[in-house]
Formats: sequence, C-alpha cells, structure tokens
Amino acid sequence: MRSYKAIQLLGLGLVLTVAAVGCKKKTTGVTPLPKAGLYGSGDSGTVDPGAAGKLNDGDKSTSGGISSEDIAKNGIGQQNNHANWIKDAEALKAETVHFEYDSTVIKSGDKAKVGHVADYLKNNVGAAIEVDGHCDERGTDEYNRSLGERRALAIREQLVGLGVDASRVDTLSFGRDKPVDTGHSEASHAKNRRGEFVVLTPPGAK
Amino acid sequence: MKLILTISLGVAVSFAGYAQNNKITIPHTVEIGGEPPIWVSSSGISGEALQVLQFDLNVQGFAFTNVDNAQYQISGSANGNLQGRITDRISKANVLSKSYSGASLRRQVHAFVDDFMTQLQRKPICQTRVAFKGITGQNSEIFVSDFDGANAQSITHDNTIAAAPCWAGHNEMFYVSYKLNHADIFSQDLGNGSRKAFARYGGSNMSPAVSPDRSKVAMILSKDGWTDLYVCNIDGTGLTRLTKSPQDESSPCWSPDSKYICFASKENERRALRKISASGGTAKVIGTTGGINPTEPDWSPDGKYIAFTSQTGSFQICVVPAEGGEAIVLVEGEDPSWSPNSRTLCCSRRTGDGYVLSLLDVPTKLHRDISHITGSRSQSQPSWAR
Repeated sequence: MRSYKAIQLLGLGLVLTVAAVGCKKKTTGVTPLPKAGLYGSGDSGTVDPGAAGKLNDGDKSTSGGISSEDIAKNGIGQQNNHANWIKDAEALKAETVHFEYDSTVIKSGDKAKVGHVADYLKNNVGAAIEVDGHCDERGTDEYNRSLGERRALAIREQLVGLGVDASRVDTLSFGRDKPVDTGHSEASHAKNRRGEFVVLTPPGAK
Repeated sequence: MKLILTISLGVAVSFAGYAQNNKITIPHTVEIGGEPPIWVSSSGISGEALQVLQFDLNVQGFAFTNVDNAQYQISGSANGNLQGRITDRISKANVLSKSYSGASLRRQVHAFVDDFMTQLQRKPICQTRVAFKGITGQNSEIFVSDFDGANAQSITHDNTIAAAPCWAGHNEMFYVSYKLNHADIFSQDLGNGSRKAFARYGGSNMSPAVSPDRSKVAMILSKDGWTDLYVCNIDGTGLTRLTKSPQDESSPCWSPDSKYICFASKENERRALRKISASGGTAKVIGTTGGINPTEPDWSPDGKYIAFTSQTGSFQICVVPAEGGEAIVLVEGEDPSWSPNSRTLCCSRRTGDGYVLSLLDVPTKLHRDISHITGSRSQSQPSWAR
C-alpha cells in the first residue's frame, strides 16, 4: 500500500521538489546536511566530519575517575563476593562435566566428578568455586548464554545437594563464546558443551 | 503477510501500467525471490559514491538496471560534492534534484537516498546507527557504526566478553560485560562515555531490553536459581519476576507501545515465542507456523510484525504477524533487528568461522552483507537505533 500511495503521491513529491529547487536557486545551490548529533536525529547545522570520532570510549572515562569498584557500586543486585578472589582453573580441570545437546542434565557418568568437587570444597573450607557453563555453537548467542547458565545452575544444585553451602558456589555462563574446540563437527560440539570448575581462594590466603 | 501482499499489489499495479503504456518488459532476472524490486538506473555517479548508492538502495528494495528498464532514473555527479537528480520515467516527474556538501561523500549519498525515500513517503534510514557485538582477538566488545557498517567504533574496551547491546534512546547503550568477573548488565552514556553497572545479581545477568519509552528494562536473570524473565524500572527500582518456569526464557524484546514483552521460551518441550504484559500475568503463545524453534524475536516499530530466528540445523530469519500466525521464512541469518521504518532488517550471517552483518529488505528479500567493518573480525547481535 505504501508503494502505491507513494506513486500516487509523486505529484505531491513533484510540488515539493519544485519548491526545493526554487529554494535552491535563491541560495547557493547547496543543501547543508543535518548535523550528526552523536546519536540524535533532530539536530541541524553544518556537518561535522569528525562527529563519529566524538564517541567517547568507556575506558577513557573510566581512567578519568570511574574505577571498576565505582562501577560495581552502582546498579541493582549484589554479586557473590568473590570478585577479587584468586582463580585457579587448573586444579579441578579433570572434573569438567559434559552435556548432551541442548540439555542441562548431568549424566550419571559425570556425577562422580561433581562429587569430587564437593569433597574438595569440604577439604578446603576457605575456598569457593565458580561453575562455568558453556555451550556448542548450534544455538543462538543469547539462548546459549541462558543455557550455559542453567548448566552451571544444575551443577550448583547438585553440589548443594551434596552439602556444599550455596554461598560458596558462583555460577557463570559463557554461552558459545569460549569453545575449547573451534571445529564444527559433533566431536567438537560435544567437547564444548561443558561445565568447568574454577577454584576461588581469598586474596592473601597462604 | 499482509504487508508484503499489499506492497506487492501496489508495485504490480504500477509496473503493469508502466509496461502497458511504454511497451517495456521489466526484467525478471533477480536472483532473490519475493516481491519485485523497484528498478532504478544510474549515470554519472561512480566510484565510492556509486557503491554507497547501490548499497543504500538495494537494502531498501531497489535494484539497478539500464535506463530503458528503470522506473527511476538517477543521474548526477560526485566530484567531492554530490549533485543528484531523480526522474520518474512513468510520470515523467522530477522526483528530486539536489546538491550536497559537507561531511563525507558517503554521508552526502546517504542524505540523497534519504531525500529520495522521503519523496516516496518512506521514513529514511541511511543516517541511522547500529550497535553490535564485535569479536576482537579472543574477546568481544560493543561497537557502534553507521547503518551500513562504516565508521565502526568500539564503545567498550573491557578485554573480556561484551555482548547483547541494546539502545536506550539514541544516546545510551545497555549491554552485558564480564568486566567484573560475572555476566553483569551495564548502561553507558554515549555522549560522555560514563557508565554504570545496572544489574549485578548473583549468577548471570543477561539480554537487557530497554522499552521504547525508556521507562523499563526487561532482562534474563538467574538469581533465583533458574533463568527467568524479569522487568524493572529504568532507574533499577521495582524489580518484578515475570516468569517462574522450570524451562527456559531468553531474548526479550518490547512491543512499540512498551506494554508487552515478547520472548523465546520452551514449555512442555515446545519452543515458542510468548508475550506477557510488562505488569505481569499469564504469558500467551504467539504462533509461528512454519518457523520452527523460534528465538531472538524483535517487534517491528510499527507494531505489525515480529522478526525472529528459526533454528533448524541452520538459522533462518523469519517474520510473523505480531498477533501470531503463518511465519514467512526469508533468508539464512540470525538475530534480526528492525530498522526504524519497519522495512529493513539487520541480522548476522555465518561465514566460515565468523559472522557478518547483513541488511535485508523484507518485502523483496533483497539483501547485502556488510563486507568491511573495521576493528573486529566478526560481527553479530545487531541492534538498530530507532
């Protein structure tokens, strides 16, 4: 309908054009472009070729006074307080569990691994654990970010069931952003659908 | 479907009249199916200006042919300053005759095409912006570029994962960054670069979607033990959990009146788009017959359609009426985002090991990949400022 109207309205377009041409003759024959307000659309004036360059980058202003800590103070919610703890992704690497396609179910063969992690936490009372959920490339970005989180949550649930205090278990999803194998075969996909354990120890501990 | 059919009718009528009166056969050699494009010819404009002209018109449903077969004849010159003229060969009317100065030649061509679209009663889009997730090395940052990928700039330098950009008006961006060792939602003022954490609940804070009236933010949180849909006011107050499901919810988007949130979900093993009032209640299925495993919905600004990604081994861009119904499968691609005029979609498309952004004219299915974006090797998750 729009196109049809457009055709019909070309008469009007012609009138407008004539008006514009008339205007053009009165002035210098040049139509100034609207100014690129940073992201606005309504500003007018001469075009500034460097307008895009005015875009400030987050870090410059961060170094201008906003530290990570300052950023973290704003906002709603309270992340678990392990932000500055030392991360060790190697200690429990052997306990990485793997998932079926689009599944958050911990396979029976992998339950013993989660048990080992629970034992580790019982033997290291000062430590906490970050469970990282990962996906293969077959879902879309944000679907996978959500799926990875549910994988981490499923593992967390089992750890809590084994007696680990919930406050010692952080969850984090990397979706499909951090594959261990960038291939496109099912073998690669299977390696990427995983839950990893990162040991967290408080800064300054031994 | 209605949009596409009515446009088809309008175009068919005009072309039928044209062919009869002028004994000209309109070529039917377009490689992409769907509605016929509007044929244009160009003379006198060359080099970069011509490339920009072709891109801008292709992604809005225009295809180029020789002057004898064109409905609109574009002529002009582009020696530093663009002078352009457009004549309608059906009505013999002078559609546009203008000269441009200032900024870049690129920008002048954008303004010329925008003026053309204004004459055709369409809302212009060539001087709008898109945000996207760009892969840099092992990390990703949020970038902003012109609608055609030119002048890309990163707005984050977090050296970690940044993803899921969403505009809040034209001067503020919400996105997810792992800067503080978790998946947290940040908001950033694009004018002065200042930013703040918006949501840092335990677990992952994901997929922010700011309502068109900038009053509310929908997002996926896992703080209560599972991934569910939440909404709060733009100042962070009034957090409400909208779903409580053992299954999953992802990728919220808003209706243009800011009253409803559409999201992808799975319940009873069935994947579907659902919508829920931003003030709570029961979610209702939006049927997408023919669009299997729908995800990543985006509601058109005119309220009529929802674009989404269908997952069937590969990924397809689909469009369905906002009230649900028959889905139209368009082209391969992911994560569609509507242009401000509800006609063109920006999506991402897999190429080898990465992604490129691609613009798709919905009625004609004409589409062009954006081939050269500087600063990142892969681009996805486009969000069109509107």
